[in-house]
Amino acid sequence: MDLYPLYNALRIAAISCVIVFFLGIFAAHFAAKLPRVIKGLLDVVLTLPLVLPPTVVGYFLLVLLGPKRVFGAWMLSTFHVRMTMVWYSAIFASVVVAFPLMYRTARGAFESFDPALRDSAQTLGLSNRYIFWRIQMPCCRQGILAGTVLAFARALGEYGATSMVAGYTPGRTATISTTVYQLWRTNDEALAFRWVMINVAISFVVLMAVNLLEKRQREGAR
Amino acid sequence: MSITVDIEKRFGDFHLRVQFEALDAVHGLLGASGCGKSMTLRCIAGVVRPDRGRIVVNDRVLFDSERGIDVKPQERRVGLLFQNYALFPNMTVDGNLRAAVRCASRREADAAVAEMLRRFRLEGLERHRPAQLSGGQQQRVALARILLTKPEILLLDEPLSALDSYLRWQTELELQEVLEDFPGTTLLVTHSREEVHRLCRTVTVLDHGAGEGSMPVQTLFHAPETLSACLLSGCKNYSRAERLDEKHIRALDWGVTLACGARPDTRYVAIRAHHIALSDMPGENTIPCGVLRVVDDVFSTIVMASTPGGDTAQSRLRVELPKEAWSDRETLYLHLAPEHLMTLK
Repeated sequence: MDLYPLYNALRIAAISCVIVFFLGIFAAHFAAKLPRVIKGLLDVVLTLPLVLPPTVVGYFLLVLLGPKRVFGAWMLSTFHVRMTMVWYSAIFASVVVAFPLMYRTARGAFESFDPALRDSAQTLGLSNRYIFWRIQMPCCRQGILAGTVLAFARALGEYGATSMVAGYTPGRTATISTTVYQLWRTNDEALAFRWVMINVAISFVVLMAVNLLEKRQREGAR
Repeated sequence: MSITVDIEKRFGDFHLRVQFEALDAVHGLLGASGCGKSMTLRCIAGVVRPDRGRIVVNDRVLFDSERGIDVKPQERRVGLLFQNYALFPNMTVDGNLRAAVRCASRREADAAVAEMLRRFRLEGLERHRPAQLSGGQQQRVALARILLTKPEILLLDEPLSALDSYLRWQTELELQEVLEDFPGTTLLVTHSREEVHRLCRTVTVLDHGAGEGSMPVQTLFHAPETLSACLLSGCKNYSRAERLDEKHIRALDWGVTLACGARPDTRYVAIRAHHIALSDMPGENTIPCGVLRVVDDVFSTIVMASTPGGDTAQSRLRVELPKEAWSDRETLYLHLAPEHLMTLK
């Protein structure tokens, strides 16, 4: 059994997860400071990938990154970097799809942060950077961790946009989800079943972790 | 050592207009909940920005909307004690104190923290998290943390209201010691007239967001000028009033004419429940009343009496008597001594 899809899916999910972690926290942190109307609008835009079909996300990505499109062509001619149909193309897809999960959980965690703590830290002379990294982030730790784990799980299971942007090339762009589909299509049910079980096992562990974190957060809040 | 505050802030329907001046010693901001007391402190600390006005502490301008001055909260040197103490839950007691220290060397920081731990009797609790401390201990940590920043002015936002009554008295005594040692001005926000009486030397009364001037605490309790100040000082009986001459007023709700020193701009007259005395016969300032209800309180008997003005809530008098002074009856004469009547604008 060739384990490349597992390796590829894990590295895509891990890299996407790191990117989404910072993007999501950054977006949540700055959205909180915006005036209400702009915040509401931004919120809708940033959450859109959560409700759009992944194929629509894939369509937008191809329009942006395709080798004959403006950005994709520029990347190809300037850096000789292909943006589609390579293993890291799936990262773009995973990042877009997993971002809203991170953004929303981080925002929820920040909103439950007691503003009196920030105010009191400011009057004690602590810098805003210190307050964010040493007080707000540790206080919101459980929620942010839960969001990260969810984003990882979503990135790992991404199929629709990935199959459009990265395609399925065995040993190059294959992930667990695209492999399962390919094996089913070619009537290799036994092997498909194995990959399905691997995917179920990983998701199971991830969801257990999320539940554990959320439980700890509730208890911490008491 | 002084503070001058003259600020305005609107949020939603609420309009805050506060103007007062306080010297060293403890100055109270007294008002019902939701009257803008906490907001005033937040404006002084710089975590909320007033729409207009000026805040000066010890000749240092912290905020001036006309000159475009708005000093960052980090640089105001204002110590604000929050109602819930706002200790950082992710840090230990030691960590909370250390976060506030601005010392050149590690050794100085250690010494400063150790000194505070000793002064506030927190030794042995260094490794505890705020959630593991009692309310009184949390307040001591919060006070120690504030004093480590060497503030020029202390702002206390309802410092005792988060504690149960048993702990409150002990904590108040400790707080009093801290305030006596503090060299600068202290502003104490509270809704409790008792706390104002015990802890403050001067006071500003806030009523629905409006507060102006300051007065000695004695004035608030013995000669308040306005109806809102009088009610906040705990007075239960008041009536609309008209001044007849220098020495007489007509109490409209009570339906009587009373002899007392009347201020020129008299609009109300008030008397405290324990200042009303029983009398056997009619006479000057002695009015015939009916007994509406007798309430047996812990250490006194409270009589709700109707007046010649009627028995509506506005016309009633509340009388507090020593238990032994009361015996059941249906009508009575109440004496409102001129020296106890307060005329208000």
